[in-house]
Amino acid sequence: MPRLKERVPAIEGWFTTGDAPALLGTRCTGCGTYTFPKGQGFCPNPACTGHDLAEVELSRRGRIWSFTDNRYQPPPPYVSPDPFVPYAIAAVELAEERMVILGQLDTGTDLETLKAGQEVELVLGTLYEDDDHEYLIWNWRLVQ
Amino acid sequence: MSTSRDVAILGAGMHPWGKWGRNFVEYGMVAAHQALDDAGLEWGDVQYVSGADTIRNGYPGFIAGATFAQALGWNGARVSSCYAACASGAHAIHTARAQILAGFCDVALVIGADTTPKGFFAPVGGERRDDPDWLRFHLLGATNPTYFALYARRRMEAYGATATDFARVKVKNATHGLANPNARYRKEVTVEEVLASPIVADPLHLLEICATSDGAAALILSSLDFAHKHGHDNPARVSAVSTVTPTFPNSIIEMPNFATDSGAASAPPERTFRDSIAGAALEEAGVGPEDLDVAEVYDLSSALELDWYENIGLCKEGEAERLLNDGDTTIGGRIPVNPSGGLACFGEAIPAQAIAQVCELTWQVRGQATGRQVEGATVGLSINQGLFGHGSSVIVTR
Repeated sequence: MPRLKERVPAIEGWFTTGDAPALLGTRCTGCGTYTFPKGQGFCPNPACTGHDLAEVELSRRGRIWSFTDNRYQPPPPYVSPDPFVPYAIAAVELAEERMVILGQLDTGTDLETLKAGQEVELVLGTLYEDDDHEYLIWNWRLVQ
Repeated sequence: MSTSRDVAILGAGMHPWGKWGRNFVEYGMVAAHQALDDAGLEWGDVQYVSGADTIRNGYPGFIAGATFAQALGWNGARVSSCYAACASGAHAIHTARAQILAGFCDVALVIGADTTPKGFFAPVGGERRDDPDWLRFHLLGATNPTYFALYARRRMEAYGATATDFARVKVKNATHGLANPNARYRKEVTVEEVLASPIVADPLHLLEICATSDGAAALILSSLDFAHKHGHDNPARVSAVSTVTPTFPNSIIEMPNFATDSGAASAPPERTFRDSIAGAALEEAGVGPEDLDVAEVYDLSSALELDWYENIGLCKEGEAERLLNDGDTTIGGRIPVNPSGGLACFGEAIPAQAIAQVCELTWQVRGQATGRQVEGATVGLSINQGLFGHGSSVIVTR
């Protein structure tokens, strides 16, 4: 029986890994501007002098702005399975945050059926594995 | 047209683009000597070297102005080098121009050259978990064509653009570049051939994504006084250089970022980043898009060329496909775009490319673009964008 691998985020502090996973960003307590990945002590809004950025979970749902796929193996540091498996990427608009965030689309998403404006939800997927770990990443999945 | 802030372009030179596999300094020397010959000047006349950088071996000091100054033979010229990703060349032009206009020098060499590895551009090596360029490859597998393809698909979704429209951009540029001795690819292609090439990043095919190339480009810039005193009565001129950054909130996803700015607390800017790149150049030169005779735009992908038509103001948003299909942007049309053949025929040699665009405009306004001349061209615009928010646009007049 295969040993159960430990599931760990591929990067610390960018998303939660519970039942309802969410991206972790920051929101300026002064003006309300969001940042992803998390901001670093200063608000990016030039009209705001805020320095207090609170960590927040970003909206788990958004709408597709655009999408593509990748049919050729990227160079490192992308960790590719052997043989390479193509994957799809979407740019997703979050309404509350008024920003667009990239993410790979859930495995098996059929590009032919995608349209701008479709609703997607954040889920966790496996970015790559080694002998002991399964490295998790956020994916966008079409809301049926 | 002429303003007191013009500088003269006395010389332009290029080493042909290709995959030559030699040291970039060699290419740079060829371009520099050609530009000096074109200007009728000696290397000893150059008082300032403005180098366009790219990152190599993890730092930008290797491919830099001083590298070429040493290769040409140390002459004590002052030097600067600037890194602005794909926009480095235009930023180097801007620096040289500012030195001339400030009166710190009369004659400057602007130079960029590179030798590129095969395949996708990759980030600097090592484990760089604080570098968005490293992270986008590691966490997303987002290559440069990923971003180009997102923009291309957006055109399809927003304006009904088709794969055939995009392929026609490639066909046009391939035809334009046929007679250009500096172009790497000089071969006609058909829409069918473009669409039959493998998809790299849907909807973009292999023949629609610019390759990475070796190449070099150089310019000799001078004050107008110096030009007149040295027999250049009516030189080509740099009439504007735009090096703008975005205005917050930038709502278009940009390489190498994971996300756009948030517009939650701010009204969108009047102009998108790419609109503002062209707008700043046009305003500085005191011309409108309707005054342009020719444009060299950064066609990293076929579809991206269409975005630039709208960003420059050659047509309204969503009308670029019609402009292309009506033949307006073909040589002989109303506003020929990429008569050089563009990146479609060159591939990209990062620190040289924005300088090469200005070499082409120089030859166009002088009437020296043999086999690809836009008849009567006197005002040309180049435009380009480097990752991390580097805009660049240059207006050349005569």
